[in-house]
Parts: sequence; structure tokens; C-alpha cells
Amino acid sequence: MNNKNKTSKIPKKVWLLISFATAMLAWYLLSLNPVTARSFQNQVVVFNSMFTMIERGVFWKDIASSLISVLAGFALGFVLSLPTAILMAWYAPVRNILEPWIQFIRNIPPLAYVPLIVMTAGVGRKPQIIVITIATFLIMTVTIYQGVINVDETLIKAARVLGATDKDIFLKVIAPATLPFIITAIRLGSSTALTTLIAAESTGAVAGLGMRIRSLNNSFESAPMLLYIIIIGIIGMLVEKFVKYLERRFTGWQEKREV
Amino acid sequence: MAGEERSVKVKIENVRKVYDTRNGEMVALNGVDLDIMENEFICVVGPSGCGKSTLLNIIAGLLEPSSGRVLCDGEEVHGTGTERGVVFQQYALFPWMTVKKNVMFGLNLKGIKGKEAEEIAMKYIKMVQLEDFVDHYPKELSGGMKQRVAIARAYAVNPSILLMDEPFGALDAQTRTQLQQELLETWEKEKKTCFFITHDVDEAIILAQKVIIMSARPGRIKEIVDINIPYPRTQETKMSPEFLELKNHIWSQVYQEYLEVRK
Repeated sequence: MNNKNKTSKIPKKVWLLISFATAMLAWYLLSLNPVTARSFQNQVVVFNSMFTMIERGVFWKDIASSLISVLAGFALGFVLSLPTAILMAWYAPVRNILEPWIQFIRNIPPLAYVPLIVMTAGVGRKPQIIVITIATFLIMTVTIYQGVINVDETLIKAARVLGATDKDIFLKVIAPATLPFIITAIRLGSSTALTTLIAAESTGAVAGLGMRIRSLNNSFESAPMLLYIIIIGIIGMLVEKFVKYLERRFTGWQEKREV
Repeated sequence: MAGEERSVKVKIENVRKVYDTRNGEMVALNGVDLDIMENEFICVVGPSGCGKSTLLNIIAGLLEPSSGRVLCDGEEVHGTGTERGVVFQQYALFPWMTVKKNVMFGLNLKGIKGKEAEEIAMKYIKMVQLEDFVDHYPKELSGGMKQRVAIARAYAVNPSILLMDEPFGALDAQTRTQLQQELLETWEKEKKTCFFITHDVDEAIILAQKVIIMSARPGRIKEIVDINIPYPRTQETKMSPEFLELKNHIWSQVYQEYLEVRK
């Protein structure tokens, strides 16, 4: 009890620092052991590999290429999933026809069908965007659909007796009530987009974080590989922060379940 | 009220409601006739599953009767209308709106906007004594406060009849008593027609001029009991012999129906 009080006095920021230092130490220890050092070279080497990649003229191109693919695929997936989810929730035929296939395809790792898409769409950015769009579309449709069908029926009744038309109910009740699910969908969709990116860049890519990791593997350059992996992690973290911000900004009214 | 001619507010004519369920047809209401008079306070009691909520939903226009009809001010009811306000047991507040926004919701739909809507909303928020909570979200309110907001929201659009579906059913005994008292005071001031469903016999007698006892499935009106206890009624009223006598009678009638359901 006493101990607990002591640890809870340390501010969150300090804990973050301690956590960071611990990870850095672990990393450094890994770089000392000759076996693990093959994968984990020390921080300085990894950091300096950034300049090598910049010199080779690929660093910024890789980041830009991946970000464009992720953003475009995610945006398309989102734009398509929103109306699809709503149609599925409202019209039984749409739901009955689509849902089994959405569930079926959702469970197939995108890596499996990338080559097939490259055959039709050709190499370059197009197949990447298609793959990311498919993956994010599926997960976001399922999530938003759950949100729309879970809108509390009494809220719709309450709006109706206060004079709401179907349009009012859609815009003023269903849309805001679904918002938390939409934000969850954005969270799941963006992490799916990043995961899928690596698969999407596996065939026929000319630049990109995932493509580069693969090509560095051929020349056994572990330092820039680790650097690229960390960059993907940082992008993921920034996205998560942004989603958290959206959540606070738009769904602060939600009843929070105590953890 | 002797000599005062009161008109019929809502006329329920031979309303029947049948639900299609997996186990075949279920008759929820079987030929209900009832006149709700202007300014009247009616309570409906009955065992669960007697169709009292179904009846309220039909009057509200949220359900269509299978046969028969409901007239409100002489016009047949199809769909909802703001002259028929509803208060639900589950409060049904919009969680993304503050107290004020919730109360203003119906006003905005009516085309009343801005300052005017705000003033009307404030009037009813004051009526339910929540002026210190106007900018709070529902999650920050207790159950009793939430139901007060729902009542203010229903009043704000100025309905001519209030339909209340076990509004205090989810509240603790103290809050429930307090809200009953507040509702009585408001009703005595505004004399809005009230159609109030409850499973609590005490609540029905303390509030109503007429208690409708409904029979078990299929729901029918079993008996209409006039409550001739003068207003204002207080908690002491619950100790009076006339109250206890009525309670005895209504309770035994409801209990019989309850046993019917159990069979």
C-alpha cells in the first residue's frame, strides 16, 4: 500500500522518460551481444544510417511514397465504408448479400492476394492503394455497421415524438450516436492501413518503407532496416495520438466504463 | 369541478394490437376503449406484459394498432405529433447534448431557434430545478436529474398531453417520491392531460384522478377506479384511510392478474 502511494506520486511524464530509458538500455545491451547485434546495432549506427539513406536519395521518397499510399488507401476505404455500413444497417438485402463476403475476405491476410491484384492493376502505386483500400474498407465497414445497428432505439423514438423527420433522425441522432464507432473505425482502419502497407509493397513497388526493408534484407543492411521499422512505429504512434485527439474533441460526452 | 364541461382529449376506440412472433400471433391488446378527458391525470396499472406500454406507444403514434383507432382532438392518430409528448423510463436523453441542448432539441425542430428557444428551454429547466446544470452532459447527472431533463424536454414543445411510460420506474424510492411530488405540483399548475403508466399502485393513487387496471394478456381494461382524494396530495395522503382502502382494492385486482400471468 505504502509502496503504491510512493509510485503513484511520480508524474506520468517522468514514467515516460523511465520507460524510454529502459528501452534504450535494452537495445544497447542487445547491440553488445554479437548474436543479437546482427539485428540490433547500436543507436548511433542506426541513427547514422539515416544519412546513408538520405544520400542514396531514397529516404524521403520512401516515406512520402508509403504515406501517400496509406493516406489514399485509408481515405478511399473510409469514404466507401461509411455509406456501405449505413446501407447494410438499413436494408436487409444489402446486409444479407454483403455481410458473409465481408467476413470471408476480412479473414484473408492481404499479403495473400497482393500478387493477384498486381496482375490486373500493374506495378507501382495503384495496386498498393487498392490493397490498402480493400483491407481498411472491410474493417471499417464492419465497425461502423455495428455502430449504426446499435443506436439506442429509444433515442430514435424520443426524437420522433419531438417532431423529428427521417432526415432529422439520420443527421441529428444516428450520425452523432454512431460517431464513437466511426472514430473506433478510424483507429482500426489506420492501424490496418499501416499493417497492410508492408504487404501492399511486397510486389512491384518502386519505393516505400516496406519495399525498402525488403530490399535492404537482400544486402543484409540491418541498421537502416531497424531505422525504417522504427519510423513505421513512430507513424503509427502519431496516428494513434491524432485519433485520441479526435476522441476527446468529439466524443467526450460518452459514458466511460471504469477500467 | 362540478358543472365544468370537459371535452375528450384522446378517444381510444376498440384498439387491438397483435404481434407476429416466432411462436405465432400474440395478442397484446384486445379491444381497448377509453376516453381520456382534457386536463385529466390517468394512471394505468397492470402486470407486466398486459400491453400497457403498447397502448401508450399507440397513442404516441410510435405503433399502429392492428385494428381500431385512436383520436386526438377528434383527429385520427397516424404517426407521432408534438401535441403528444412522451417521457420514457430509460430517460432517452441525447448523450452528446448538454441539458440545455436536449431541452432545445424539439424547439429547434419546430423552427424555434436562438434566443427564443433558449428562453423557453430555460423556463422548463428552472421548472425542474436544474438551472445549475444547463451545460452539463447527461453522463454527469444522476438518474433523477436525467428524468427531470426528459420531463423538461417533453414540456418544452408544449404538448397538450403527456404520455409517461413508467418514468420513475428506474429511480430509488426517495427520488421517486420527490419526482412524484414535483410532477403533481406542475400538473396542478399547468393541468396538462397526463397518461401515466406505472406498476407501482401507491404511485398511481397519489398521482391520478382515475386509475385504469389492465388485465393480463391479452390486455383489456379490467376496471376504472375513480380516485376522489382532493388535491393537493402529499406524502401524508398515503396514510389516509381512503388511500389505504383504494390501495387494497387496486392491489388485489392487479395481484389477481399477476396470478393469471403466472398460470
